[in-house]
Amino acid sequence: MDFDYTDEQKALKDEARRFLADASPIPVVRGVLDNPERGHDEALWSRIAEQGWCGAAIPEAYGGHEIGYVELCGLAEELGRSLAPVPFASSIYQYAEALLAEGSEEQKQELLPAIASGEAIGTIAVSEGPGTVSAKRMTTRYANGTLTGTKLPVADGMAAGKAIVLAMGSDGPVLALTDLSGPGVSRQMVQTVDPTRGAATIVFDNAPAQVLGEGGDGIAALARIHSRSAVLMSFEQLGGADRALEMARDYALERYAFGRPIGSYQAIKHKLADVFIRNEVARASAYYGAWALSTNAEELPVAAAAARIAGCNAYWQAAKENIQTHGGVGFTWEYDCHLHYRRARHLGLALGSAKVWKRKLTDLLEAQRAASQAERQAA
Amino acid sequence: MNFDDTPAEASYRAKVREWIAANKPDLTALPPEERLVWTEGHKNAMRQWQATKAAGGYACITWPKERGGAGGTQIEDVIFSQEETNAEIHDPYYITGLKMLIPAIYQFNDDAKFAERVPRAVRGEEIWCQLFSEPSSGSDSAGIRTAAVKQGDEWVINGQKVWNSGAAHADYGLLITRTDPDQPKHKGLTAFWLKMDTPGLEVRPIKTMGGDSELNEVFFDDVCIPDEQRVGNVNDGWSVVLATLMNERAAIGQSNGLTWSDMMDLAASIETDEGTVMDDRAFRDLIADLYVDLEARRLIGFRILTAISRGQSPGPEGSAAKLLWSGGTQTMMSEALDMLDQFGLVQDSTLSPRAGAYQQRFLWSCGLRIGGGTDEIQKNIIAERVLGLPADVRVDKGVPFREIPSGR
Ligand SMILES: Cc1cc2nc3c(=O)[nH]c(=O)nc-3n(C[C@H](O)[C@H](O)[C@H](O)COP(=O)(O)OP(=O)(O)OC[C@H]3O[C@@H](n4cnc5c(N)ncnc54)[C@H](O)[C@@H]3O)c2cc1C
Repeated sequence: MDFDYTDEQKALKDEARRFLADASPIPVVRGVLDNPERGHDEALWSRIAEQGWCGAAIPEAYGGHEIGYVELCGLAEELGRSLAPVPFASSIYQYAEALLAEGSEEQKQELLPAIASGEAIGTIAVSEGPGTVSAKRMTTRYANGTLTGTKLPVADGMAAGKAIVLAMGSDGPVLALTDLSGPGVSRQMVQTVDPTRGAATIVFDNAPAQVLGEGGDGIAALARIHSRSAVLMSFEQLGGADRALEMARDYALERYAFGRPIGSYQAIKHKLADVFIRNEVARASAYYGAWALSTNAEELPVAAAAARIAGCNAYWQAAKENIQTHGGVGFTWEYDCHLHYRRARHLGLALGSAKVWKRKLTDLLEAQRAASQAERQAA
Repeated sequence: MNFDDTPAEASYRAKVREWIAANKPDLTALPPEERLVWTEGHKNAMRQWQATKAAGGYACITWPKERGGAGGTQIEDVIFSQEETNAEIHDPYYITGLKMLIPAIYQFNDDAKFAERVPRAVRGEEIWCQLFSEPSSGSDSAGIRTAAVKQGDEWVINGQKVWNSGAAHADYGLLITRTDPDQPKHKGLTAFWLKMDTPGLEVRPIKTMGGDSELNEVFFDDVCIPDEQRVGNVNDGWSVVLATLMNERAAIGQSNGLTWSDMMDLAASIETDEGTVMDDRAFRDLIADLYVDLEARRLIGFRILTAISRGQSPGPEGSAAKLLWSGGTQTMMSEALDMLDQFGLVQDSTLSPRAGAYQQRFLWSCGLRIGGGTDEIQKNIIAERVLGLPADVRVDKGVPFREIPSGR
């Protein structure tokens, strides 16, 4: 048992932090915020790609560097902390993981090398409108090798060259792979609460597509993919939450009211202590998720759901209390507090809300309980 | 990061699981009222268990052999505790002495007289208690008033301690006194170890709101303690307090009790028109929340152990773990009673689920938020030591102790 980053992993994280401090300072983030049509910062994306981060967990056989999942988690934490405006989450935690977990050998060979090098960007398109997508209410269709329907919002949908799309096939939901620059696809930027991570409405009209891997139940496949993405994204959430807490702490030390730093008032101290506890819960849950992901443990679905819920809670709590601790200036466009408030909600919704994940977690725990009871009865 | 047992850990776990199953105390042999903690029957069964563990090489696993330990690793100690928990062995008598007090005293004293006590404690022959808190000194743990005055080779003690867990059952105690009231609060304290049957010492049990008498008052009326039982230097008792509290924090990560899975069992046993409480949407969301917090507490415990096993001292994560545990337990018990609906009121060992454990813990959980540092003090610790926020405005700083105002 060992429950921390190794020294080498820590060194990699420190290096990543230094790199991002230089490559992705706040003006870079604001450059996208103030020009939402950009969706992401292309120069930053190229620099990140040059670092080899995109291929950190992708096997060498598919053009990756195969450094490891815990290492990728460390990078995610730093990306979250720096608010980097890049499509890393869509392309790496989601699209690449989808290919790795569910793609056919051919699809992996064909598509992963360009993702690992950062030349290509991919995404996953699930949502269609208000509420959680379900097999019953899904309108996008997959038939005869083509997709028809509308997906909204699709994270990094303008930047991505390819997408994996959840659609209704003849025998139930499937995941279909399509070229977003190909025929039958039209897309348009959509405004979101976090312009530093772009999004699109994508309309498919008989767009050519192929099933991902062997096909099969697309909702179940998506759940397997989401477990992997959730762990990785929980590290971005953790990094952001830690940063938001630091900002609040720093301000509480500098800002005086009634002749003393506001950070000396217990109402502020205890509030920030509560944020710290939420962050520790997120950290512990994320680490456990990283272990499950890196070892492909059977605990992965439960660990991922817990990491997701804890990550959503922590970043939300830290981001909103950071604004509160700042008072009026925290409410301005000029101060950076709102960048975390926006990003916290972007990450909190991008894989489905914490509410949905709570349901999922309890379902999993119940199934586990039933299985262990059956085992006991058999014995 | 690795949560799997290594092959060596797995084989150790298998070995101790088998050993515990073969040797564990049989509480069913006791009359039902004697199966509860802090009763003579339960205490004697646990005394026997401690002796069995010592003979088997499973007591104080991390301590060197010459101190009566097993010379084992931190991880082995954790694995053994986990397996004890799985076997539903709950022992509140020896933890204070073996996990908190004796290791702290050892940092200051390794003389023959103290060393003689240690193997006896390991074998369960002697129980230790913590004599720190006083009527005017709880959270303000340096506000000690119990006085120690040097007379020849002895110290004469007068004053009162309170909230001392297990003092009525204890054979020895670690005592903090004030030796110089003219110095500021944290200076002028001195620690001693002493026998609980020393003349002039009187223990009076306190009935807690839970109905048990785990806690006690301890009165000192001209109690004489030889100077050789002083722990650390004169007027340096605060260092002893800090050493003890550090151990306490590390021990908290390992404590156990009813958890989310017990709540699921209870919910599944309560019928509703839709099935069981397990089918209730709001309850399902609650289980997810409880799971996340309580598992995180468990995992934070592992983080603390990882730090210890790398030779680092555990950070204030312990405060976070304690808050998650105490708050989580109280919330959980309140929800358990609510899901039983009106029947939740019934606290009867023959009628209530798990012999009334939920009701008992509903009451007991209030103490959890107070003992070992209150919720508020834990948050102060996090705010000041982790986040580096300023300490409270202190009106007692640098003031000679005898001039500090005291309320009720
Ligand atoms: C179950 C249990 C077991 C215990 N076991 C032992 C034992 O074995 N040995 C021993 O010596 N003691 C023991 N104690 C005592 C325990 O350490 C004290 O009760 C505790 O530290 C609180 O002190 P107090 O009771 O004097 O409350 P107070 O310190 O008077 O606190 C009253 C309230 O004021 C708040 N408060 C106090 N100071 C501050 C502050 N600076 N900022 C914000 N809020 C503050 C507290 O959080 C609390 O809510 C035990 C207590 C319990 C409940």
